[in-house]
Amino acid sequence: MSLVVFSGLIGLLVAPGHLNPVLAFTAVLCIAVAAGACGAINMWYDRDIDAIMRRTRNRPIPAGRIEPGAALAYGIILAVGAVLVMGLSVNFVAAGVLALSIAFYVFVYTIWLKRRTPQNIVIGGAAGAFPPVIGWAAVTGSVDLIPLVLFAIIFIWTPPHFWSLALFANDDYRRAGVPMLPVVAGPNETRRQIVIYTLFLMPLSLAPWLLGFAGPVYAVAASVLGVGFLVSAWRVATDRKDATGTSLTNDAPARAAFKFSIAYLFILFAALAVDHFVGRFA
Amino acid sequence: MDDPPKMTDAEAAEFRRRQKGRNIAMLLVLIGLSALFFAITIVKMAHR
Repeated sequence: MSLVVFSGLIGLLVAPGHLNPVLAFTAVLCIAVAAGACGAINMWYDRDIDAIMRRTRNRPIPAGRIEPGAALAYGIILAVGAVLVMGLSVNFVAAGVLALSIAFYVFVYTIWLKRRTPQNIVIGGAAGAFPPVIGWAAVTGSVDLIPLVLFAIIFIWTPPHFWSLALFANDDYRRAGVPMLPVVAGPNETRRQIVIYTLFLMPLSLAPWLLGFAGPVYAVAASVLGVGFLVSAWRVATDRKDATGTSLTNDAPARAAFKFSIAYLFILFAALAVDHFVGRFA
Repeated sequence: MDDPPKMTDAEAAEFRRRQKGRNIAMLLVLIGLSALFFAITIVKMAHR
C-alpha cells in the first residue's frame, strides 16, 4: 500500500509541468483510497482462503470484525468515489487509468488469475505498476514513454518480490490451494525464476537514464540497487536445501530478498525524484 | 420470535465507547472531505 502511494507520488513529482498542490494532494489521496478499495474488495472475495492462511487469518473479515457484505460495499463506494473525485478535480485521463488499475486488480488479478495460474502475480502485477502512470497523467493529462518505463520497472520487480514471499509462505499457499509458483513448480524453479527476473530488472531500471530522462544520481542508485538485488536473488538461488528443494535455513535468504525488494523500489523511486530536483536546481 | 441477547452493563459501555469512536472518526472524515472539496473548488475557480 505504501509503495503504491509512494510510486504514484513520484510519478507526479517527476512529470513535466505543474499541478496545484491541492490537486496534487487530491490525486495522491485518490490513489491511496483506490488502493484501500482494492484491498477491501480483494479481502471480500478471498475471505475463504484468507481464513486458512496464517499470514491473512487476522484480517478483518476472517477475524469476524467486519461483515463480508459491508467490506464489499465499502470497497465499491471507495473505488467509485476515488475515480469520480480524480476525474472531476484532476483530469479524466488520470481517472481513467485509476479505474483501469482498480478493474485490473479486482477482475483480472483477484477473480480471474489468482486461483488459476502461477502466472497470477506476473500478469496481475500490472495492477500495482499503474500508480506512477496515474501520478504522471494527473500532471500532464497524458500517458507517455517515461511513465510506461516506470510501469515496466514495477511490473518486472513484482515477480521476484512476491515469489520471495511465496517461498517462505509456501505452506500457507499450498493449504489454501493458491497456485503460486513454489506450489506448482517447486522451490528450485521459483528460485531460478527470481534470478531471471532480477537479471531483466537491472538493465530495465537504467532505462530512465539511458533515455535521457534521469541523470547520474539515479544511474548510480539504480546500478548499486540492481547489484544488491542480484546478490539477494543469488543468495536465494544458492540457499542450502534438501533433495526436494526445501530450504534448510527456514528460507532466510528469501525473507531477506523480500525485505530488500521493498527497500529497493522505495530507494529507486526516491532516487528518481532526488535526481529530478538536483537536475532542476543544478 | 426470540429477543436478541441482552448486553451486560460492561458490554453496553464498551459498545457505546466504540460507537462514539466511530462517530468521531466519521465526523473528522466529513470535515476533512468538506475542506478538501472547498479547496478544490477555490483552485478550480481561480484557474478559470
